[in-house]
Amino acid sequence: MRIYATIVYLFLYIPIGVIALFSFNAGRHASQLQGLSVKWYGKALDNPFVMDALQTSLVVALISATCASVFGAMAAVALQGIKGPVRTAFDGLIYIAVMIPGIVIGIATLIGLVTLFDQLNPMIAAIWPDGFKPPKLHMGIGSLVAAHTMFLMALCIIIVRARLSGMDRSLTEASSDLYATPMATFRQVTLPLIFPAILAGFLLSFTFSFDDFIIAFFVAGSETTLPIYVFSSIRRGVTPEINAIGTMVMCVSLVLLITAQILLRRGDKQAR
Amino acid sequence: MTQRTRNFLLLAPAGTWFLLMLIVPLSVVFIFSFGERGSAGGYVPAFTFEQYANLPARWAAFRNTMTLAPIGTLAALLIAYPLAYFLAVKVSDKWKMMLLVLVIVPFWTSILIRSYAWIFLLGGRGIPALLEWIGIESVRLINTPFAVLVGIVYGYLPLMVFPIYVSLDRLDKRLLEASSDLGAKPWRTFLQITLPLSIPGVATGCMLVFILLMGEYLIPMLLGGGKVFFVGNALVDLFLQSRNWAFGSAVAVTLVVVMLITVTIYMRFISRVSGTREDVALI
Repeated sequence: MRIYATIVYLFLYIPIGVIALFSFNAGRHASQLQGLSVKWYGKALDNPFVMDALQTSLVVALISATCASVFGAMAAVALQGIKGPVRTAFDGLIYIAVMIPGIVIGIATLIGLVTLFDQLNPMIAAIWPDGFKPPKLHMGIGSLVAAHTMFLMALCIIIVRARLSGMDRSLTEASSDLYATPMATFRQVTLPLIFPAILAGFLLSFTFSFDDFIIAFFVAGSETTLPIYVFSSIRRGVTPEINAIGTMVMCVSLVLLITAQILLRRGDKQAR
Repeated sequence: MTQRTRNFLLLAPAGTWFLLMLIVPLSVVFIFSFGERGSAGGYVPAFTFEQYANLPARWAAFRNTMTLAPIGTLAALLIAYPLAYFLAVKVSDKWKMMLLVLVIVPFWTSILIRSYAWIFLLGGRGIPALLEWIGIESVRLINTPFAVLVGIVYGYLPLMVFPIYVSLDRLDKRLLEASSDLGAKPWRTFLQITLPLSIPGVATGCMLVFILLMGEYLIPMLLGGGKVFFVGNALVDLFLQSRNWAFGSAVAVTLVVVMLITVTIYMRFISRVSGTREDVALI
């Protein structure tokens, strides 16, 4: 049993380990280890395409994770107190957002927004004062943020709601028995208790957005995110540079994930 | 501010966002699937079932998805179950959490880079080179259904382990003791107590993995090398290369419908077998 578990853990971590090991390869060939060096990290960080893609990914991840965690938390708090058709509608929306494959969300956003922009662009041009170049709506960072936020909002609602339902109800009851206004109860009791969940939602959303390939592939327009850059490089062949980028991306994800895990566990203990 | 207005204000951003970025785009896909292809690609309004009639043209993609997705799910289940059992029943509480986190963490890191790792390992200078070294020659692993299957199991194993672990962990261990006190052999205890009580976890895990596999694009793309393609690959081709939006929409709608039907039948079946259903959080 123990041997079996060890084998499965090796299966899970050897591929990651191999990538990390070969990212330190001094040689030019991806698959022959010829001494260790960090030169491919330098090469990757010097590559303007990589840095551009990294910047786009970071901007998109930051904005969409912020919007998703704030709006998601707001919705989760409101949903906790209501029943009836609105609640059912939101449950349905969250279910659809999570169930529909990412690729279909990407496609739907692409053709939905392109169709909308085709309608809007002539209208904007018509009302724009003569002599000025009218702005043209197109796919890019904006559409990417909008699509990511939609999906991640569903994730954040689920996370915050799990925390809210695990919360000891007597805390808020005690607060209102002691004549706190609903607002004061929210600020001093509920918010501190759900804050770790909101933060964890933010971190998971950030990781997801940063790592997402399939939605970005459809809706990024002419923008390149880091996963799109990595994907197109892989199709051109395996290089030590990709190993270095991959290792860096993994490390960033790991740090964020472990922080999120710690936050969720600590919060669980507090709420009880 | 009344409670009603407050709730309305709190729900407004999320509701608007879901409406504009989920419901409207999905409706557009649905409407487009009854349209026609423009001469330069894109979409021309129409009302025809032509696109659906054309679906057999992409039959191979559906066939591959509907065979490899269940096989991949089953393979992941067979590998995940013993590990989940080990974590839930055999490991001391001190190590449990850490070992569990170690299983889940890879799932939340980039699937792109994890699949890339297998291009590396299964490619000519990876495992095949090792096999050649011990005397087994000219084995081709990359760009085969096997490679896709390895990628699938590797990518989705954590998602399978976690729900099974949760259901086994909740299981009252006194039942196992009672069973052995009454003289049951270990395998009999497993078959008659442990396994039936863990069915909800198995069901959840299988459903999650299966749903994600139905829409998979990256793994067949990178490890199947265009020879083993899923519906996802057909969709990328139709929307980004040949720009046939109407037909692509019909394929997308069909994918979602097939998925919903399969999941519904599966849930019915499972709830008949186990009588319960449970949801688990993935983090």
